[in-house]
Amino acid sequence: MTVTTHMSPKAPTGADLDRLRARAYELRVSMLDMAAGKGEGYVAQGLGMADCLAALYFFEMRHDPQNPSWAQRDRFLLSTGHYSIAMYALLARAGYLDLAELPTYGLNGSRLPMSTFDDLPGIEIVGGSLGQGLGQAVGMAIGLRLDGQGSRVFCEVSDGELQEGSTWEALMSGATFNCDNLVALFDCNGVQADGAIHVQLEPVADKIAAFGWDTVEINGNDMVALTTALVNARQADGRPKAIVMRTQPGSGIPTLERRERAHFVRISDEEWQVCRQELEASRPEVRND
Amino acid sequence: MTSEQLIVGQTRGMGELIEIAGKTTELAPFGKELAALGRERSDIVALTADMGRYSDILAFRDEHPDRFFNVGMAEQNLIAVSAGLAKTGKIAYCTTYSVFVSRRAYDFVAIAGAHSMANVKIFAGMPGLLNGYGATHQATEDINMMRGIADLTIIDPCDATELKQVVRAVADIPGTVYVRLLRGNVPVELDPATYQFKVGQSTVLRPGGSVGIISTGYMTARALDAAAHVSPQGVDVGVLHVPTIKPFDTAGVLAFAAQYDRVIVAENHKTTGGLATLVIEAMFDAGVLRPVERIGLADSFFECGSQEYLEARYGVDLPRFVRAILQES
Repeated sequence: MTVTTHMSPKAPTGADLDRLRARAYELRVSMLDMAAGKGEGYVAQGLGMADCLAALYFFEMRHDPQNPSWAQRDRFLLSTGHYSIAMYALLARAGYLDLAELPTYGLNGSRLPMSTFDDLPGIEIVGGSLGQGLGQAVGMAIGLRLDGQGSRVFCEVSDGELQEGSTWEALMSGATFNCDNLVALFDCNGVQADGAIHVQLEPVADKIAAFGWDTVEINGNDMVALTTALVNARQADGRPKAIVMRTQPGSGIPTLERRERAHFVRISDEEWQVCRQELEASRPEVRND
Repeated sequence: MTSEQLIVGQTRGMGELIEIAGKTTELAPFGKELAALGRERSDIVALTADMGRYSDILAFRDEHPDRFFNVGMAEQNLIAVSAGLAKTGKIAYCTTYSVFVSRRAYDFVAIAGAHSMANVKIFAGMPGLLNGYGATHQATEDINMMRGIADLTIIDPCDATELKQVVRAVADIPGTVYVRLLRGNVPVELDPATYQFKVGQSTVLRPGGSVGIISTGYMTARALDAAAHVSPQGVDVGVLHVPTIKPFDTAGVLAFAAQYDRVIVAENHKTTGGLATLVIEAMFDAGVLRPVERIGLADSFFECGSQEYLEARYGVDLPRFVRAILQES
């Protein structure tokens, strides 16, 4: 199935909005299953990205799960490779992967390792070495523009990666080469390996705007804000687009939202059960209209 | 001849090769050949990190401005953007100095490039002593570093003839390729009518003789000069040119080395971790045990200066070759 081809000129409302929220919920369920099965994982960041991924793959992007190498597809680059848990959940729910494969996440010999590699259909780049994604996204945006097929590039970049100088090199290039078919999605969740981000990054949105990007700052767990920002980012005005998303690590599961050390989560079987109940309580209803 | 005499001269503009009396040269062979290739193939794109002028790539820009991208002084980004272009089906030729791509952009070459089998063709300018701007600009360990990266092809061409052939050959080598680039007035040492570069293959340029020189890059020209120099004295020297460092032509090197009682290895690189190390490993593994003399650079940082001065000071000039052949050192 080709999921979407910019069919909607406007951000979704009503039941369409509900269905997108339900998609994000499904992603969270799959992520929790994977993390619980393994007993640990980068689940908090993945949960924070669930709404963004649902908005991209079930609303905004032009792609075909039956033909992952379709030349005219839009590209999504997961720069932060250890968000793999979210990506695998997405690929399974979108039809790139069999849901039955998800329990192999992180196991020896699995096609679904803890960090993403480009040999899995649907994964565009090797994403684990942080700071390498956005530059490749710029190159892809230029290449796709040369092809003239109207394909666009969406690239996730974490706030931690804003500490890599190469990310700023890529920001300069995106503006220099007028990559208006590129949308960078900055996942600002405020955590990194050693804990809460202490490096002076702010004001992130102002800095990126100063680099020549058409920048908007939103709540990255608000589906209306996400889809509205994505619709607004379609303008072919010569400027690359940046969406600075403030996301909540563990979003949708209060127990995980409250954890101070959210970068790599290890919790007990009993706690996983609590997490499941909390997530179940947040299941969105899809209205009839 | 002596290497120790102070050669009067100065550091020249961004490392153009010295012109040697009586030798034909060709101006900017890399850029001209790439521009020609760009005429034939629309999938060729070219990039530089503010080294367009000093990597001879501007001939491509002038003919194909829509397919040329200067990312500025940002070598990591150069490799990343090139890899992104490659992942949309392009063949991305990119240039900077060898020192900057090897030391600064190493992880990008490894992951965005080689691991991804991205069609990124890195033409790394003025390696070793070909750059007169001192240790900051001299890649004297780049072969050693780069050969540590899996799935990366490494080529050190001898002259203008070979460089032009390499420009075309790498378009059809899958994945990322690192080529040590010669720029400016590049000598023509090899006859284009008879010489043909093939990736992974060494070539005997001078057969027979009582001593064999195994060399790569422009040091092969020095080896040929030295062989011609001692020939009137009745000393015959064999020369094997090894342009591809990786994949390494183990069989060709062993077959050549086995013919001699002793072997000289020469490279525009440190004598550790480069061609000499590869040759010695191959010979030792196969039990082809011969004395090996290494001509190359010490494990050190080097000064600024003209190419003649640096070659003499650091022992990779013609007199050094002659002494090694005649066992005078």
